[in-house]
Amino acid sequence: MKKYLKPINLMELLRPLGQLIVFSLGSAAVLSIIVLALAIVLNNTAAGDKIFAQLKVSLFAYTVANLPQVLVDGLTLGFVYAAIALGYTMVYGVLEFINFAHSEIFAIGAFVGVEILIALQNAGLIGSGSSLFMDYVFLILAMLAGMAVAGGAAIAMERIAYRPLRNAPRLVPLISAIGVSFFLQDAIRLTESLTTGQFNRIFPTFGNFDKRITFGKIPMGAAELPFSVPIKSFIVIIAAVLMLVVLNYLVNATKVGKAIRAVAQDRATASLMGIDVNHIIAITFLIGGALGGAAGLLYALKFTRIDPYVGFYPGLKAFTAAVLGGIGNLTGALLGGIILGLLETFAGSYLSIFTMGAAGVEYKDIFAFAILILVLIFRPNGLLGENVTEKV
Amino acid sequence: MAMLEVNDIHTYYGNIQALNGVSLKVEQGEIVTLIGANGAGKTTTLRTISGLLKPRQGQIVLEGNDITETPAHDIVYKRIAMVPEGRGVFARLTVAENLDLGAYSRSDRKNLAGDLERVFSLFPRLQERQKQYAGTLSGGEQQMLAMGRAIMSNPRLLLLDEPSMGLAPVLVDLIFDIIQQINKEGVTILLVEQNALMALSIANRGYVLQSGEILLSDTAESLKNNEMVQKAYLGIE
Repeated sequence: MKKYLKPINLMELLRPLGQLIVFSLGSAAVLSIIVLALAIVLNNTAAGDKIFAQLKVSLFAYTVANLPQVLVDGLTLGFVYAAIALGYTMVYGVLEFINFAHSEIFAIGAFVGVEILIALQNAGLIGSGSSLFMDYVFLILAMLAGMAVAGGAAIAMERIAYRPLRNAPRLVPLISAIGVSFFLQDAIRLTESLTTGQFNRIFPTFGNFDKRITFGKIPMGAAELPFSVPIKSFIVIIAAVLMLVVLNYLVNATKVGKAIRAVAQDRATASLMGIDVNHIIAITFLIGGALGGAAGLLYALKFTRIDPYVGFYPGLKAFTAAVLGGIGNLTGALLGGIILGLLETFAGSYLSIFTMGAAGVEYKDIFAFAILILVLIFRPNGLLGENVTEKV
Repeated sequence: MAMLEVNDIHTYYGNIQALNGVSLKVEQGEIVTLIGANGAGKTTTLRTISGLLKPRQGQIVLEGNDITETPAHDIVYKRIAMVPEGRGVFARLTVAENLDLGAYSRSDRKNLAGDLERVFSLFPRLQERQKQYAGTLSGGEQQMLAMGRAIMSNPRLLLLDEPSMGLAPVLVDLIFDIIQQINKEGVTILLVEQNALMALSIANRGYVLQSGEILLSDTAESLKNNEMVQKAYLGIE
């Protein structure tokens, strides 16, 4: 009976990796098929003629040639959404409440990380002439700092704004969360304005993050389209996958994780087991906040520019991803994030071509929120919503 | 010194008074039962002892130590375990995980394997269903799981809230046999039951609760023969 002397549970490390691969390939395949089918249909229409007039390739060939790039970009964005969505879904899991201030936790992580990197750059430690190794070390340190501050902020937020309202009607903490969200946006803005005189910050240029690795050329008609991926996309994907695997392990294979799941199901009974419910809720906010903070810095790395309201759209989309996957369900958050990231990138890349410029990139958000509405109407439990029946 | 002494507790839900001065004693090694009608305050009494509810007035004393203010999550460390009303199994965790959570408070991890075997020998059904979600078990199996989970905390005092609720008669007999068996192994038991006849037949002593107050207390044998109890709770005219 070695059951209680647990070695590393390899299964719980491999399972989320498998899920990520299956979800990524599955969503990518489904979306690719839809886009390719659309391309075939539109090939001989005015949309196809227009592309041919411009680039001398068929619409179908254009679609195929762009597909690898779109898939990589979509997955990168999807993993960022997944990391944010996990924060929503974990807090929802234990408190059945949507923490709308989570998008500001994301912004805090981004700002702390970026400010540290800017300070390092001003001190001459990163940027021109610094070693690549130290660049990565500092990037990781900035990310850890962002995670720590974001996690701490999330704990403080729970303690101050949510815990006193725990037994209030469900709407009350929700309103409190919206209040916290506004408060934090303006707190970031004020702090940034007072200390730096501006509140738009730019992720410093250092390291080799912007360098692109070229994987080859894809023929597109007579021409060739280079397929290259910036190193920062790899960093985002690797960091997000690592976080997701560690989180999964923490929740499914450790004592704390079991306590979190017990609290999520029945707080009173969990306390009878000797679980300090307040402590576990604080830990949940810490984990969700740290993940959100890390996602914030990854987002800043990918998109470079941040402002105090930077969390709003990613937050809303990650919330959509959480609902799409089944709120409260960690695996669902991964799936929802990946689908949403891919869908948005597909829409951004192909919408304008397919509609002959009538609807361009600026309409990509429609897809995310249309999904939110459709899911809420037709499958409120989400794709992976709970199916276990409970007997009373 | 009594193992557990409840002195004049008054417990409220908001402004509604549920207990109006309940006092009772449980001696080491006893089975004590608390019987009464729906809403008499039986569950409230157990929830107050286990720390889920705080009394406005009165004390709960465990072997001379006041535990009135001890929060629910520390009570199990005093080796009091409760099987809540409606079993309270974690439906979306497996049977094995539920049992593991029962042992959450244990620091003597090396004894757990033995305790798990003990639970499985009491409830062989749980061993067969280890990997199943608790929510997929039948009502009787869930009751077994809730009791097994409580045993995993290695309690000295076990609080049982309506273990017979919603169970087929044959299962009720089984559960009551096991309660007696656990008691013989040295666990003191405070049993809340609506099935008064069953409860009095295995208990040493009993208390009759009505409208948040103790109406009667006596040995189980005398309560069974008490005309008022027979009429009101045993269905004997």
